Amino acid sequence: MKTDPREIALLEGLAKNDRQAIETIYKQHYNMVQTLIINNNGSADDARDVFQEAMIVLYEKAKSGTFELNCLLKTYVYSVCRRLWLKRLQQQQKFVPDINGLSDTVPVEDELEAQGQRNTEFQMMEKAMLHLGEPCRSLLEAFYIQKRNMLDIASHFGYTNADNAKNQKYKCLMRLKKLFFAAYKNNNTL
Amino acid sequence: MEEMQILDAVERYLANEMPVEERAYFEQLRKTNPEVDQLVVEHSMFLQQMDRFSDWKQFKSTLNEVHTQLAETGSIRDKAPKATVIQLWKKYQRVVAVAACIAGITALTISAMVYYFTPKPVSEIRLLSQELDKVKMKQQRTEQKVTLIEKSGATSRPTADPKSGGTGFLIDGKGYLVTSAHIVADADSVYIQNIKGDYFKVSTLYVNKQTDIAVLKIVDNRYQSIKSLPYALQKNTADLGEEIFTMGFPRPTSEIVYNKGYLSAKTGYNGDTTTYQLAISANPGNSGGPIFNHSGEVIGILSGKQTTAEGVVFSSRTKNIFTALHEIRKDSTNEDRIKLLLPSSIKGLDRVQQIKKIEDCMFMVIRY
Repeated sequence: MKTDPREIALLEGLAKNDRQAIETIYKQHYNMVQTLIINNNGSADDARDVFQEAMIVLYEKAKSGTFELNCLLKTYVYSVCRRLWLKRLQQQQKFVPDINGLSDTVPVEDELEAQGQRNTEFQMMEKAMLHLGEPCRSLLEAFYIQKRNMLDIASHFGYTNADNAKNQKYKCLMRLKKLFFAAYKNNNTL
Repeated sequence: MEEMQILDAVERYLANEMPVEERAYFEQLRKTNPEVDQLVVEHSMFLQQMDRFSDWKQFKSTLNEVHTQLAETGSIRDKAPKATVIQLWKKYQRVVAVAACIAGITALTISAMVYYFTPKPVSEIRLLSQELDKVKMKQQRTEQKVTLIEKSGATSRPTADPKSGGTGFLIDGKGYLVTSAHIVADADSVYIQNIKGDYFKVSTLYVNKQTDIAVLKIVDNRYQSIKSLPYALQKNTADLGEEIFTMGFPRPTSEIVYNKGYLSAKTGYNGDTTTYQLAISANPGNSGGPIFNHSGEVIGILSGKQTTAEGVVFSSRTKNIFTALHEIRKDSTNEDRIKLLLPSSIKGLDRVQQIKKIEDCMFMVIRY
C-alpha cells in the first residue's frame, strides 16, 4: 500500500517534535482510541496514557528514520493502542477474551517490545534522577536536558563562577551515573 | 580533581569541542590508556541515554500540553462519552455476576436446609385427614338426608354449611339442653345431632354470655323424649383435685370423644368465682360439654381454655344452670317448665358403663 504523502509529512514533523504534527495526529486519532479503551473496561485517563505511549512508539519509529508505514497511520495507531491495552488488561488480571473493535490491525509486537525496553531504561533514568535529589537534579537537567551553558547555569544556581558549577556538576554526575548503572546492571542480570 | 578533568575532557571530546592538537593527544591517550578508553565508551553511552531521555521527556511534555490544549478547545473529548453508571456496570459486571451467583446459591442452600431440617408438621397431616373425614361426612349426611326425605318427606336440617359447632347435653328428658352461650350466640338457627346422626332443630330459650350458659329446647316433633336422665346436676361446689371427665364433639363427625382430668382450681380466669379451672385436654368443639365428677354429677360446662398457658381449661359452674333455670321459670309459661334432674343413677358404675348411659343424652350443637 502506498503511503499517503501527507502522513509521511506528519511523521517527519513528529520526528522533529513538531507541535503542529503532534496536534494533527492527536486530533485525527485520539477519539478513536478513547472509544476503544472505554468500550473495553478503560477510563478516559487510561485512554490518554495508552494513546501517548503509542505516540512515543511512533515518535521513536519516525526518529529512527528506517520506519516505513505500510498501512494507514490510523490502522497503525489503532493496532499499537489495542496491543498496549490488551497487555495492560492482562497485567491487571482482567481476562478479556477478545477486544472488540472492527478496525483492521497490523502486527506491532516487535515495535512494542523495543518500546518496552526503552521504557524501562527511561524509567531507570527517571528513578535515578529522582533519587539524586535537589539541587543535583536541577543542575543536571539544566545542563543535559535543557542544554544550557555552564556560565548561565552558574549564575542561575548562584555559584560564584563556572568552575564551581562544573565541580558541583561533576559530583552530581558521578552520583547519577552510579545510581543509573547500578539499576542498569541490576535490570540486565535480572 | 584529575578524574574530573578527564571527564571534562571526555565530554568535550564527545561533543567535538576539542581543538585539533588536543584531540590528537586525547586520541593517543585513549589508545594507550585502556581506562580512559573505557571511560569514553561508558560516558558516550551514558550521554546517549541522557539525550534520549531528554528527548523523551520533551516529547512527553509536548504531548501533555497538546492533550490539555486540545481538551480545552474541545477538539477531543476528554470525558467518557457514556454515562458513569454504564461504565461502572461494564467495569464490575463480572464481580456483580459472581456476587449474585454466590448470593443465589447461599439463599438456595439455606432454604433447602431450612426445608430439610424443619420438623414435618404432623398436626397438619391430621388436619388433612380431618378434612377428608369432613368430605366423607358431608357425603354421608347427604345420603342420610336423601333417605330421610324418602322416609319422612321433610328436610331435617338446612343445606348450608354450619358456622360452628359445640357440645350440648340434656337436662330434661323432654328436650331441654344446656350448652355454652358462645356456641349459639348470634345464630340464625341451631340444630343438634345425636351420636346416631339424627338431626333435630332446637330453639334458644336462654342465653347468658357472662356465665357462658345457654338453654335450648328441641322443637322437632321427631324427637322422642327420654324418661329419666342417668346423671344429675351437682348442687354443692366441687372440691379441688376432684377427678373429672367430659365428653364432647371436637371432631366434625358426630363421634363422641371422652376426656378426663382433675379440678385444678376452684376459681377461673383471674379469680372468676363463677367458673372452675380444670386440667383436661379440650379442643374447639368440646365447648358446652358437661363436666362430670366420678359419681356422674355435672359440676360444670366446659367453656374455653387459656391460649397463653398449657393445659388450662375453664368451665362454667353448675350453679349457673340453676340460675338460668330460675330465670326461665320466672318469665315463661307452664309448658316450659323444666323438671330438675333426679339424683345420679350411674353413681358407682364403672366409667365405661357411665359413658354408655350418658352418650345418649349428648348432642352435637351446630350453629348456622
